[in-house]
Amino acid sequence: MIALEKVTKRYGRQTVVDDVSITFGGEGVTALIGPNGAGKSTLFGLVGRLLQPDAGRISVDGMDVGSTPSSELAKVLAVLRQDNHIAARLTVHDLVEFGRFPHSRGRLTVHDRRHIEDAIGYLELGPYRDRFLDELSGGQRQRAFVAMVLAQDTRYVLLDEPLNNLDLRHMTEIMRLVRRTADELGKRVVIVLHDINFAASYADRIVAMRGGVVVADAPAREVMRPDVLAAVYDTPVDVREIDGRPVALYYG
Amino acid sequence: MLTDPTTTESGALPDAGLHRSRLATAWASPLARLALLGAVVLALTAAYLFTDVPGSLAFALRIRGLTVLAMLVIATAVGVSTVVFHTITQNRILTPSIMGFDAFYVLISTLIVFSSGSAAFLAFDQLTLWLVQVVVMVAFSVLLFTWLFGGKRRSIHLMLLVGIVLGTFFRSSTEWMQRMLDPLDFQVLSDAMFASLTRPDETLLALTACLVALGCAVVVPLLRTLDVLTLGEPVAVGLGVDHKRVVMVLFVGVSVMIAASTALVGPILFFGLIVANLAYSYVGSFRHVWTLPAAVGIGMVCLLGGQLVLERLFGFGGALSMVIDFAGGLFFLYLVLRKGAR
Repeated sequence: MIALEKVTKRYGRQTVVDDVSITFGGEGVTALIGPNGAGKSTLFGLVGRLLQPDAGRISVDGMDVGSTPSSELAKVLAVLRQDNHIAARLTVHDLVEFGRFPHSRGRLTVHDRRHIEDAIGYLELGPYRDRFLDELSGGQRQRAFVAMVLAQDTRYVLLDEPLNNLDLRHMTEIMRLVRRTADELGKRVVIVLHDINFAASYADRIVAMRGGVVVADAPAREVMRPDVLAAVYDTPVDVREIDGRPVALYYG
Repeated sequence: MLTDPTTTESGALPDAGLHRSRLATAWASPLARLALLGAVVLALTAAYLFTDVPGSLAFALRIRGLTVLAMLVIATAVGVSTVVFHTITQNRILTPSIMGFDAFYVLISTLIVFSSGSAAFLAFDQLTLWLVQVVVMVAFSVLLFTWLFGGKRRSIHLMLLVGIVLGTFFRSSTEWMQRMLDPLDFQVLSDAMFASLTRPDETLLALTACLVALGCAVVVPLLRTLDVLTLGEPVAVGLGVDHKRVVMVLFVGVSVMIAASTALVGPILFFGLIVANLAYSYVGSFRHVWTLPAAVGIGMVCLLGGQLVLERLFGFGGALSMVIDFAGGLFFLYLVLRKGAR
């Protein structure tokens, strides 16, 4: 499990993550929701050791994030951030190969190659394996990055807004894939989402943040209530049941 | 000098795309390309060493051999440091000179001439001068680096920005002092500020070679980590690279190499830009196992070619840096225009 104990992060005088204590990353998919500036990405940055907390302690499966060697953490925890810009020209295969770096340190074994092939196959990137990343559509590129993270073969996978700038079809594709990796490969996926309906239909658990504080942490169905959502987003949200699934209506 | 096989061959590649023969596939491999580059370097070296010998061959070989060694040291320092710098900063249009390395070197020399005159500058013990320049340059860059990157904020962009500002400051103070100089002193100084590879001091060359080798010893074990760094800091950290430590180590290695070679031959960083970018397009791979040796090889081609043109065509009527800067300037324009067109 990923555990935060009284974690605080400030940018200057502004507190972005405020004394948060939470344990997440159980089996299945956990969605992290909340308005812009709630501290979701900062929380991911802290867990993914891109940022140092000003106070508190973070651990992954009992390993302290601050003191465990980065290369060890990379074997249990994979993080995909938003907006990955790469200056060099890489092919899809090159990128996915990098997912094995924590295990192989760049010298690929047969075992590594199998993981790479599996990840490429899983994301149906076979036809594009030799294409350069800048020649792919947004959805394909996002899939290539997810494939890299899968090839890393970690217990925990953290995805920060992987649906950004994707159309309806690609969003559903990515979410279905996230669900499958959790169900078939036993990954524990934590995913930042803006569309709460995606969170409701694909996640097992929803963690809601607001103003740097965790305001809800419960099974998806329990968070999908008008009062809870309205409090999180500061906007009236209606929740209706359609075909047995809760659907949030916020198109005033 | 840039019309060597490298440009023509890579230009011919797309035609072979339709029915790729085995030869074309073999040619596409970075190893084959490196091998060809190596052959060109050897051929140019032989041409430089053995043609147009005026007197005793043994004497010519001794003098020219030293020059070729100096070229190898410089090509290694400039090629490796520029490629590593590109990877660290995620930007392929910078050179380490943006941090004010060259400008700082010129400032130190100007300061010496300004304060004690050109006679003292020329009489200065070469070894002491070299040592002082190396130590001061390394200290400056490491200080700048630990101040802006080692702290809590650690931002490469902030460091580059401060480097640019300091570089401008060095250049204007240099200019100011040079205006006040005696014309004779000025002449001596500007002559010394053109990079020259002929007749290097043997002790200094050996020392520089040692420092450059040391720099390479830092970079080589990190070749594969450098590949990961091309993905940018967030991804590299996610893949378990200790970004701060690795970048720090690489930066110190780069500074030592640059400082030593600049102190040996003068400001020469500009040609790193040509060399590194030619290397990227020539090997067609982002992997540092290929791009680093290719950058060194292309650096050798530039230096040997430039020196041949300079000595045999113009009869030494100029400085090597002029030839290289001219070609480099044209290439830079080409890079900018091509980037704009895409």
